[in-house]
Amino acid sequence: MQRSLLRDLAYPAVAVFIAFLLGALLVVATGYSPAEIYGALWHGAFGSAENVAWSLQNATPLVFTGLAVALAFRAGLFNVGAEGQLILGAFAASQVGIRLKGTAFDTTLSILPLALLAAALAGGLWGAIPGWLKARLGVHEVINTIMMNFIAALLGSYFLTVPWIKEAGSVPQTPIVSANAVLPAARFINPYTRLNAGFLLALGCVFLVWFVLWRTWHGFELRIVGLNAGAATYAGANVGRTTIAVMFASGALAGLGGAEQVLGVHYHFIKDFWVGLGFTGIAVALVGENHPVGVLLGALLFGALQNGAAEIDMMTTFPRELIQVLQAIIIFLVASMGYVRKRSAA
Amino acid sequence: MGLALLAWGAASAAPEKPVRVGLVLSVGGLGDKSFNDGAYEGLKRATRELDILPYDGEPTMVAEDDRYFRRYAVEGFDLVIGVGFLMQSSLEAVAKEFPRIHFAIVDAFVDLPNVASLLFKEHEGSFLVGAAAAMATKTNVIGFVGGMEIPLIHKFRVGYGEGARYLNPRIEVLEKFAGSGPEAFSDPFKGKQLTETMIAQKADVIFHASGSTGNGVIEACKQHGVLAIGVDANQDYMAKGYVLTSMVKRVDVAIFELVKEVKAGRFRAGPHVLGLAENGVCTTDFAYTKQKMPAGFEAKLEAIRQKIIRGEILVTDYTARPAAAK
Repeated sequence: MQRSLLRDLAYPAVAVFIAFLLGALLVVATGYSPAEIYGALWHGAFGSAENVAWSLQNATPLVFTGLAVALAFRAGLFNVGAEGQLILGAFAASQVGIRLKGTAFDTTLSILPLALLAAALAGGLWGAIPGWLKARLGVHEVINTIMMNFIAALLGSYFLTVPWIKEAGSVPQTPIVSANAVLPAARFINPYTRLNAGFLLALGCVFLVWFVLWRTWHGFELRIVGLNAGAATYAGANVGRTTIAVMFASGALAGLGGAEQVLGVHYHFIKDFWVGLGFTGIAVALVGENHPVGVLLGALLFGALQNGAAEIDMMTTFPRELIQVLQAIIIFLVASMGYVRKRSAA
Repeated sequence: MGLALLAWGAASAAPEKPVRVGLVLSVGGLGDKSFNDGAYEGLKRATRELDILPYDGEPTMVAEDDRYFRRYAVEGFDLVIGVGFLMQSSLEAVAKEFPRIHFAIVDAFVDLPNVASLLFKEHEGSFLVGAAAAMATKTNVIGFVGGMEIPLIHKFRVGYGEGARYLNPRIEVLEKFAGSGPEAFSDPFKGKQLTETMIAQKADVIFHASGSTGNGVIEACKQHGVLAIGVDANQDYMAKGYVLTSMVKRVDVAIFELVKEVKAGRFRAGPHVLGLAENGVCTTDFAYTKQKMPAGFEAKLEAIRQKIIRGEILVTDYTARPAAAK
């Protein structure tokens, strides 16, 4: 188990290395110095305690959406809808955090768990709908999860036009959630860091997903269904029920990611904060080979890259478009390396 | 840059530190052909003409701009600029943390001793395009489409109406807003609908102050063969011959002038209000629509412009707030 995990991780590591070499060629070819650009990338990603905190914070929502995608993949389901599930989860968390403000529930020990629970439920139900459609009617989950992303994004924008939801003023956002519903930030790093307890929650979910997949009977059934649904049925597994349950759990993970954003980073539901979080989660799951630990490492890679890219953008004249090309080269190679490995193993 | 540094070194015994300016753009901002591009142009011009070291950053995520402000402030930059009213609260927070750093914000007012607020006399520019509309109309009915119904947009509306009535007291001005939320600035379909209603009521020149909602206004005008008036940036090219002119806010001029002051060590906090006199607002050159205007219109507009600058014409400022008065 451990040795195979190490081998699994060696491939992406080699891919990252090759990607950086190719990236260096791009940097030189466009007339910049790789030392300067990679220096800025490194500084932005890991250069100071503050920047490390930024990298971890950028990684946090991606751990949740990455886990959501990876868990579904293990059951043979392609959940493209993590973004929509995250939006619904974030909205549910914001509403619990706002509506229970000043009530008897407004203590850290009840409002925070309730908000997280609401987020997991909302995200889970949003994921369970395409799961149910797949189990009962055989409608492909890819189509439905994609479509439900649009519905969720438009719903999210719509909510912010409703007078009793929206905060007064011209900025599209809800009021601030109760201070008791806030995921505590790592203020020991600096007073304005946004790295928060949600990161620990993400680590907990990494362990939970690993534990369920490889240490429980349900996880076994899930993986069997993912490997061969026909054989699983023959062996007595309930494929339909598993499909719905997995899509619920997958959506719940994404929903928790939304809660982390609302309760730990923005403190209110704000328009468009979600853009890219779900789709990047797919790439994170691919890079992480659909293994929870791989997802964690993949999310850290993406979070650090994003942060390094911001530093390059801010402090050098290297064109923004090329930063994205650099990022894309890395992602592309890491993802295709996994494919190469599977092909050579087969 | 190296040459410039050498030149400095030669000119003064103790070479001065180059002035560093950091510009924080809106998410997805560059390429908007409006505020962000304008601010970027202003910074580029300052780089060419003033020997400064320019830095710019474009956040990739929502609500991330405070981090960019902070990064430039930590570096000890001589000026840190934010673009647009959405950055108001984050710039305010960071400016409080760094009271010794000079900040500037475009199109919003932050009341701190180290922040310059770059504001525009939209009413003056709107007066001028209102006068142009009065000259171009054949039906004596003109229209105004606003985005979100907020005081800033009323400022355009009032100035436009006054300008039109200055030349033709009997002109009819139809006025509509696209909505009461921020989405009213990004609803081209609504813009088209409102414009078609106005055209049905015989309006033949329609001014929009409505962000991308205005794309629908311009499209409707083109389809029905009437004239639109653009806003913020030069939008005349968007439907050549059908956009009479545009009420341009010269963000580039505002940024350039501010950088110049910082370079000379004369940073002023508080409101910097740019009107016709400061070239902060203006009309375009009517490149595609000269033949649709009466002869001698340019001289007439110039005369009005001069009168406003000299104070002989007083245009109502809908937002006239004591704090922002010049």
